[in-house]
Amino acid sequence: MTTTPQAVRRASPRTRRAATPPDPARPLLPDAEPVRLLDKSGTPLPARTDYPEPPVEVLRELYRRMVLGRRFDTQATALTKQGRLAVYPSSRGQEACQVGAVLAVRDSDWVFPTYRESMALVARGIDPVEVLTLLRGDWHCGYDPTEVRTAPQCTPLATQCVHAAGLAHGEAYQGRDTVALAFIGDGATSEGDFHEGINFAAVFKAPVVYFVQNNRYAISVPLSRQTAAPSLAYKGVGYGVPSEQVDGNDPVAVLAVLTRAVAHARAGNGPFLVEAHTYRMEPHTNADDATRYRDGAEVDAWRDRDPIARLETYLRARGVLDDAAVAEVAEQAEAYAADLRTRMNDQPSVDPLSLFDHVYAQPTPQLIEQREQVRAELAAARDEEGDA
Amino acid sequence: MATTMAKALNTALADALAADDRVVVFGEDVGQLGGVFRITDGLQARFGEDRCFDTPLAEAGIVGFAVGLAMSGLRPVVEMQFDAFAYPAFEQIASHVAKLRNRTRGALSVPIVIRVPYAGGIGGVEHHCDSSEAYYAHTPGLKVVTPATVEDAYSLLREAIDDPDPVVFMEPKKLYFASADASLPARTEPFGRAVVRRPGRDATLVAYGPAVPVALEAAEAAREEGWDLEVVDVRTIVPFDDATITASVRRTGRCVVIQEAPGFAGVGAEIAARVQERCFHALHAPVLRVAGLDIPYPAPMLEHTHLPGVDRVLDAVARLQWDDQPDPRWAAQGSAA
Repeated sequence: MTTTPQAVRRASPRTRRAATPPDPARPLLPDAEPVRLLDKSGTPLPARTDYPEPPVEVLRELYRRMVLGRRFDTQATALTKQGRLAVYPSSRGQEACQVGAVLAVRDSDWVFPTYRESMALVARGIDPVEVLTLLRGDWHCGYDPTEVRTAPQCTPLATQCVHAAGLAHGEAYQGRDTVALAFIGDGATSEGDFHEGINFAAVFKAPVVYFVQNNRYAISVPLSRQTAAPSLAYKGVGYGVPSEQVDGNDPVAVLAVLTRAVAHARAGNGPFLVEAHTYRMEPHTNADDATRYRDGAEVDAWRDRDPIARLETYLRARGVLDDAAVAEVAEQAEAYAADLRTRMNDQPSVDPLSLFDHVYAQPTPQLIEQREQVRAELAAARDEEGDA
Repeated sequence: MATTMAKALNTALADALAADDRVVVFGEDVGQLGGVFRITDGLQARFGEDRCFDTPLAEAGIVGFAVGLAMSGLRPVVEMQFDAFAYPAFEQIASHVAKLRNRTRGALSVPIVIRVPYAGGIGGVEHHCDSSEAYYAHTPGLKVVTPATVEDAYSLLREAIDDPDPVVFMEPKKLYFASADASLPARTEPFGRAVVRRPGRDATLVAYGPAVPVALEAAEAAREEGWDLEVVDVRTIVPFDDATITASVRRTGRCVVIQEAPGFAGVGAEIAARVQERCFHALHAPVLRVAGLDIPYPAPMLEHTHLPGVDRVLDAVARLQWDDQPDPRWAAQGSAA
């Protein structure tokens, strides 16, 4: 390419001035305001070219799974009150995040959930009884993670962030285009493993989407005690990871932002961090009393931003959802809950001897001894029952 | 041919990388540098940066990353640079590495090898000489292995990498560069088997890792006192070989357990309890322990007071009630009480 005199003339004023180099952090930063495509009443906001609206049939499916998800959540809370579950951490109010996130990934992708993602897992199509196994207490993880490409629900906070980085790197190393979606809450962003996970993913350019549901409380501790950052999405820039924040109660925006984040990761650009601003309508679990740390007015204000009502209003206004469709979805949700109720009312059978089966691939001699001891104890107990 | 444990470990890693495409080796400084102890020397040059690589300096990250890689079907071998620097990874090890198979009823397994250079005797400054094996041995779901010979170093590491379960592979630093005749590749006894390193009739010394050479030296020295001592090398703390150790103690009737780690609540305490439970009627004396002192690992100029050496082992052997007299140490305390 030859340089014309005109080009030299055009370029010269700029080269004379001390040019400010482009800020490399700039493209990594989130929008100053959370991305929002619907206002809180469900009225569409101006379209954005960077976050195109998902197709309408996907939005209808999003609506359907959100309604089913909330019904599942309500049923799980009821089952806890009836003593069928040891404990249940509800995600009521977070339906846009729970369902939107799993709709943004493929069945062949991997999901790394926390204990609050039961709704996300049923939205992913995992059997609800298998999802609730952990909380019912008949085993730790009820589903086969390799079959549903979903890690066990993670209770040690943020530890799954590093697993997601490793899984994503391992999949890419073996030539597969799998994306890992790691869920995490606002409180857990204070844990070291969040930072180590996102840093490893960035250094190895692993295709991971870190999805922070900022529901404002870590049990009782408010966000102001977790961070002094302008928003949790700003935590990406320090690791060289592009980030975005989104209105977590706007289902259309959540799906749009996560779709872009997943595409970014799948295209080989490395990890992406999304913070969704949302709210946990229920206490931390049934064992918690949220009135001790937040007031009712705050909860009521968030009730006005209900994600399901918001999407329903929008879809009705677009003419793609009517009374009949809403009733049909509600009916499906009731049937889903009824089936779950019936199946959860069956007392699960547990086998004490199975305690030794999966500690190692083959039990050690010491475990075999202990299994025989337990077997003898059980036999003695049965004999006593027989005598009585 | 004379070779070192360091070379045997290096050869084992190279052979495993060559034998199985799923094996990847990573950690801090393991790439171009070849590890601070040179255990991974030359692996990156030979197998490429995808299969032997440096990571960010974060041990929880390294082990957590290995969990994810194992979930994707790979066989990660990670290096913790020093014993005490593995502590940040403990949550990943105890809550995930050890438990994933059990949590998922066998659906997910994470066959990871976590190599930990451990123990002292090398004049290292603080945080470089901990004997941390008990933390891992106390965690169900982990296998805990520690070689004391050059051939075992090769064979046990190959077996660890092939094992379907996670293995914490504890490498005694002070034995890295001791030389011995060995022909590699060697295959020795499998996991779960202790080995009699020196046969003897009068008492059994049970040791593992860095304490094995001490036990052998003590047994040699004891000949002058007229004692013929048997030395058993535990080799794999988990799975543990009760049978070999029990058989030995039933033969000899006396037992001293030797470990470099602080004695309280340590692996040696477990071994002593197991021997006592199984061999009570064959014992002519209480099972004794010779261990490190119950102190934080001392500064280099004081470490020899801490480390169980030949004299301390021989003192313990002398207390094994050869003339049918109660151990004066406990007898005195008994009368005071």
